[in-house]
Amino acid sequence: MQTILSIKNLTKTYGEDFTALNDVSLEIRKGEIFALLGPNGAGKTTLISTICGIVNPSGGTVTVDGHDIITNYRAARAMIGLVPQELTTDSFETVWDTVSFTRGLFGKKRDNALVSKILKDLSLYDKKDNKIMTLSGGMKRRVLIAKALSHEPRILFLDEPTAGVDVELRKDMWAVVRGLQQSGVTIILTTHYIEEAEEMADRVGIISKGEIILVEDKATLMAKLGKKHLTLELCEKLETVPDTLKGYDLSLSDDGFSLVYQYDSTGKTTGITGLLDKLKGENIAFRDLSTGQRSLEDIFVGLVKGGEG
Amino acid sequence: MKKFNMQSLNIRGVKAIYLFEMARLRRTLFQSIASPVISTLLYFVVFGSAIGSRIEQVDGITYAQFIVPGLLMLSLLTHSTSNASFGIYFPKFTGTIYEVLSAPISYLEIVMGYVGAAASKSIILGVIILVTSAFFVDLQIAHPFWMVFFLLMTSITFALLGFIIGIWADNFEKLQVIPLLVITPLTFLGGTFYSLDMLPPFWQTVSLFNPVVYLISGFRWSFYEMADVNISVSVFMIFFFLFSCLGVVWWIFRTGYNIKQ
Repeated sequence: MQTILSIKNLTKTYGEDFTALNDVSLEIRKGEIFALLGPNGAGKTTLISTICGIVNPSGGTVTVDGHDIITNYRAARAMIGLVPQELTTDSFETVWDTVSFTRGLFGKKRDNALVSKILKDLSLYDKKDNKIMTLSGGMKRRVLIAKALSHEPRILFLDEPTAGVDVELRKDMWAVVRGLQQSGVTIILTTHYIEEAEEMADRVGIISKGEIILVEDKATLMAKLGKKHLTLELCEKLETVPDTLKGYDLSLSDDGFSLVYQYDSTGKTTGITGLLDKLKGENIAFRDLSTGQRSLEDIFVGLVKGGEG
Repeated sequence: MKKFNMQSLNIRGVKAIYLFEMARLRRTLFQSIASPVISTLLYFVVFGSAIGSRIEQVDGITYAQFIVPGLLMLSLLTHSTSNASFGIYFPKFTGTIYEVLSAPISYLEIVMGYVGAAASKSIILGVIILVTSAFFVDLQIAHPFWMVFFLLMTSITFALLGFIIGIWADNFEKLQVIPLLVITPLTFLGGTFYSLDMLPPFWQTVSLFNPVVYLISGFRWSFYEMADVNISVSVFMIFFFLFSCLGVVWWIFRTGYNIKQ
């Protein structure tokens, strides 16, 4: 797939003490939804801000569809829409005026039909003459998205777009984002909501302490790192795991009534049949069983904490 | 359809900033226009009529006539500065500056938008005050071209100064410090209400270090052909201030001082 955003050895330092971005290299494919995950202070917003021209890079290069963000910044920035993390909006302007302002700022001719369409898509049209200060937080978030879309960007950065947004509105926004992807827009989102990345992303990148520590297709990542577990609800309390079962990755719950078996679902054999046979041999009866898979959140936490994942 | 050349000037971007700033003028009409006009009228009443009636003519013109260019200059300097400083400081304060910084717009174009709007506002105000003053005094403009020249150049130059202050300021108090503690005193001491001839020789010499003296002197010359300093010196000084401010603005954007991390 064609690369639309290329980041090579990007570095951002503040003074001599703090490195916000450390030799970051990343390629974003045209038309994908890329989720950038990372704990607070990992460098997500700094990375986005640097690409968008808000922060000066200390080193490295960034090109947007072949346009360098420094030497050919006009062409590069014209392709990018940014929805910032903070609800940074004007207060006294109307929704219509602030969205039209952004379009003008990006050198685009006035287009009332397009602005109307964007506002309708985001359920903002009936608020178009309202001053922004009168809107709720969720509505202000939509205004920021409308502003970012007003100049028809080919790449859209969403910096924690659903932070502080209720579940219903979040799902609405996911639908909007999917619609944008279908229209050919490449989307890069940062989020604290792991389910958002699981739900939306084609690929996932994890950033920690200013370094990209993993970039992977979401499905591959889930399959590669997503160990499964089998939980057996026992009929009788078990004090310890019998020695004959020591070869299995088993753990006993504190109350002694649940036995959890970790296994690799991508391996040749899972060991489940053998385990069940041995349980029968030990006369350990169970009344229920269930399987589960580790979430992206588990994987994320494991990676950031330096575990094996 | 003609394709937009991204390397060309982003005129629409400049226009967007300009109109955005001018919209604030419409929203705050009383504060932006009525309030300074009333203040200036009070100066006319107090200095022109009440005190001025007790002062003899100054170089052949009435005292009320004499103070018109100074009052205009006072208004231009303070409002050009405050309009531009507020215009760029407010988006910094609210965080909406991100939008300008991430847009395909050059530093020159950003300055053109903000400074152009601030200068326009003060020019509109200046013209209103000029017309209003015509109701109080017999106004003469000996050199209309030079009057317009000083009006434009002063507005633009001090709007640039205001832009610098707005970038420098990181709180509302700093935003007010330079206009209140530097520009206003310099204007009052720069010959708004008196001719330098009225001062003792020592203070005449001291006044020559006040840059506003040259602006007011040149502006008053364009009205009545009377000046404290040679008109060519006034013209030189206004260009000197203009290029000094442009140099600082260029440095701000080059380094990203207080605007870009």
